[in-house]
Amino acid sequence: MSIIRSHVLVCGGTGCFSSGCKKVQAELHAALERHGLANEVRVVESGCFGFCKMGPIVMVYPEGAFYCQVMPEDAEELVKEHLLKGRVVERLLYKEPVTEESVALFNDIGFYKKQHRVALRNCGKINPESIEEYIAHDGYQALARAVTRMTPEEVIEEVKRSGLRGRGGGGFPVGRKWEFARVSKDSIKYVVCNADEGDPGAFMDRSILEGDPHSVIEAMAIAGYAIGASQGFVYVRAEYPIAVERLSIAIKQARETGLLGKNIFGTDFSFDVGIRLGAGAFVCGEETALMTSIEGHRGTPRPRPPYPAVKGLWGKPTLINNVETLANIPVILLHGPDHFASIGTEGSKGTKVFALAGNINNTGLVEVPMGTTLREIVYDIGGGIPGGKAFKACQTGGPSGGCLPAELLDTPVDYDSLIAAGSMMGSGGLIVMDEDTCMVDVARFFLEFTQDESCGKCVPCREGTKRMLEILERITKGQGEEGDIQLLEELAEVISKASLCGLGQTAPNPVLATLRFFRHEYEAHIRDRRCPAGVCQALLSYHIVAEKCKGCGLCKKVCPVEAISGELRQPHMIDKDKCIKCGACVAKCPFKAISR
Amino acid sequence: MEDRKCTGCNCQQGQDPRFEELAKVIEEYRDMEGALIMVLHKAQDIFGYLPEDVQKFVAQGLNLPLSEVYGVTTFYSYFSLKPRGKYRIAVCLGTACYVRGAAEIVSAIEKHLNIKVNDTSSDGRFTLEVSRCIGACGLAPVMTVNEDVYGRLTPDKIPEILNRYE
Repeated sequence: MSIIRSHVLVCGGTGCFSSGCKKVQAELHAALERHGLANEVRVVESGCFGFCKMGPIVMVYPEGAFYCQVMPEDAEELVKEHLLKGRVVERLLYKEPVTEESVALFNDIGFYKKQHRVALRNCGKINPESIEEYIAHDGYQALARAVTRMTPEEVIEEVKRSGLRGRGGGGFPVGRKWEFARVSKDSIKYVVCNADEGDPGAFMDRSILEGDPHSVIEAMAIAGYAIGASQGFVYVRAEYPIAVERLSIAIKQARETGLLGKNIFGTDFSFDVGIRLGAGAFVCGEETALMTSIEGHRGTPRPRPPYPAVKGLWGKPTLINNVETLANIPVILLHGPDHFASIGTEGSKGTKVFALAGNINNTGLVEVPMGTTLREIVYDIGGGIPGGKAFKACQTGGPSGGCLPAELLDTPVDYDSLIAAGSMMGSGGLIVMDEDTCMVDVARFFLEFTQDESCGKCVPCREGTKRMLEILERITKGQGEEGDIQLLEELAEVISKASLCGLGQTAPNPVLATLRFFRHEYEAHIRDRRCPAGVCQALLSYHIVAEKCKGCGLCKKVCPVEAISGELRQPHMIDKDKCIKCGACVAKCPFKAISR
Repeated sequence: MEDRKCTGCNCQQGQDPRFEELAKVIEEYRDMEGALIMVLHKAQDIFGYLPEDVQKFVAQGLNLPLSEVYGVTTFYSYFSLKPRGKYRIAVCLGTACYVRGAAEIVSAIEKHLNIKVNDTSSDGRFTLEVSRCIGACGLAPVMTVNEDVYGRLTPDKIPEILNRYE
């Protein structure tokens, strides 16, 4: 057997896959062959490192050197310099945006410094397609401890003591949910993992499934033992092909190793897991709709109670937890509930993974202790707003959540503080918006989403969201009327009170939150027929600022309808009757002399 | 199996070998509870979309009313009842992509191919769709062309990318 002296981890998550990691892998293999290192250096495809913006990411162990935006043509240099001669390739290291200094080690990078990885502990560290690597990182030890040395009640007690709350959005105490399912009397029960991650802009569950699928399977088995179920289902989006594939491989390996199946660890506990694919319906992230979909029907929700813990899948008691929630379970059983509870705040224990995206320098996945402030996430980890633009708002909670303005940047992120501030935790999408974002348009965007995804079963959601969307469309088209804001608020109240499921109940939130913090923007659209951020096309009026215009004539050339006139080296003019508001002149003007 | 041979519906089942493949899939899933959605996924993999005769075939195979099958295929956006082009362009309209200008990408493609969203170009090459978040938010705005993913898009990159697909 040859001794492997170095491991090269190439991120194979969706972000890096999109940036071309497969070619990088192939080139690395080829370069290792050429230099005769193929027997001593191993290339491993790992899960997501979280720093998607800098992908494709390559890490070289044992040094822990962190290379980013590695292109296929860099493979030769990387192999020759680092792996053959032992010299770190400075050029490919991460550079801190402010100091321009290169950072060799992953833990020293600003993006990772403030993070605390619990749910993502193995992502980017192990090969997700190898059960051996998971086991080598303490995998399945928690399951072993649970089934051989603990009673189901003791397991539930530890989960309760940890203070873990549901990470999918609701924030319900996990231990209590398990207890409800435990006390329901039935010979058949189910454990369901909700991997129907539908919030646009949230992708932590996908990363966990892609980077550490065994942690979810292990946790499902522990849950099965605790509540007395022998069958589990993972309901996963069909839009996540890599996650589905890695999960299938992991289930197969667990079965072959005897960690799923009959008589696990020689006990009389048996458990198996199956995969069910979603088919592109946001409402199926709601637990009752999800179960209806697993049963093979149109995914419409049903009234609660009865809760799934009493009457769930095929009428049997069912425990539903989301991916990130489950990924925390093995850690709790392994290191003790008190250790877990020492992280975070009084009411929100542990960590939360956020998908940082939008107008921010460091996009990617970050995991921070509960109670970290939005400012720390946006500026210290996220590196601030690109292009010197000003921060305007950050959106949490997806289409069910709200936008928080700059004044609230010091809000700590935990379940209760976010709700108090007027938003919600949601599943962890955190979208940063800069000064060029129109908040009325953002509200319209989310309403369009929920309207489209409304399943149509109950009237307040089906009709109400449609009417709200119509009003918002009118406002963004410059046809807003006095009284529109009041009407929106009235509709919002009815929809949130009378809808059947969480989708409808929370659908008005983006409108209410933007009205709360950015009411003046609505008023500017309605009263002044003006879009302060310059986004709503119909409200734009282009004109050339004479003092700034040098008369270069570029705008005149680029205008498709010949609406711009003027002599060379003299300030130009835009004929508003001819202008079609295409924005071509603004993009072209080198002096930023055209305003809208 | 006899009754599945011909229903007099003018379909091409008799000659089309893809129906044999589908019959195998149905056989495999028949005993699974709630198999319909999984079978439809496979059927769409085989046929590219779900025309009426395929839905009828599935309904019969799983012993479900056609209305139930039709109800499911029309509920879920992943299933398509219309044939699609050789290359399926899906522009992500998740929040991150939206705030980074995905709407401009959609109009650039519409202009370049002279089609609207959910249409197929007249030469049958491209179908333009918009998709929900594909989770590549770090690269926003993003689109996929079949299996290929393109990130950090700007409207001027569109013609060059689409011209790669013959």
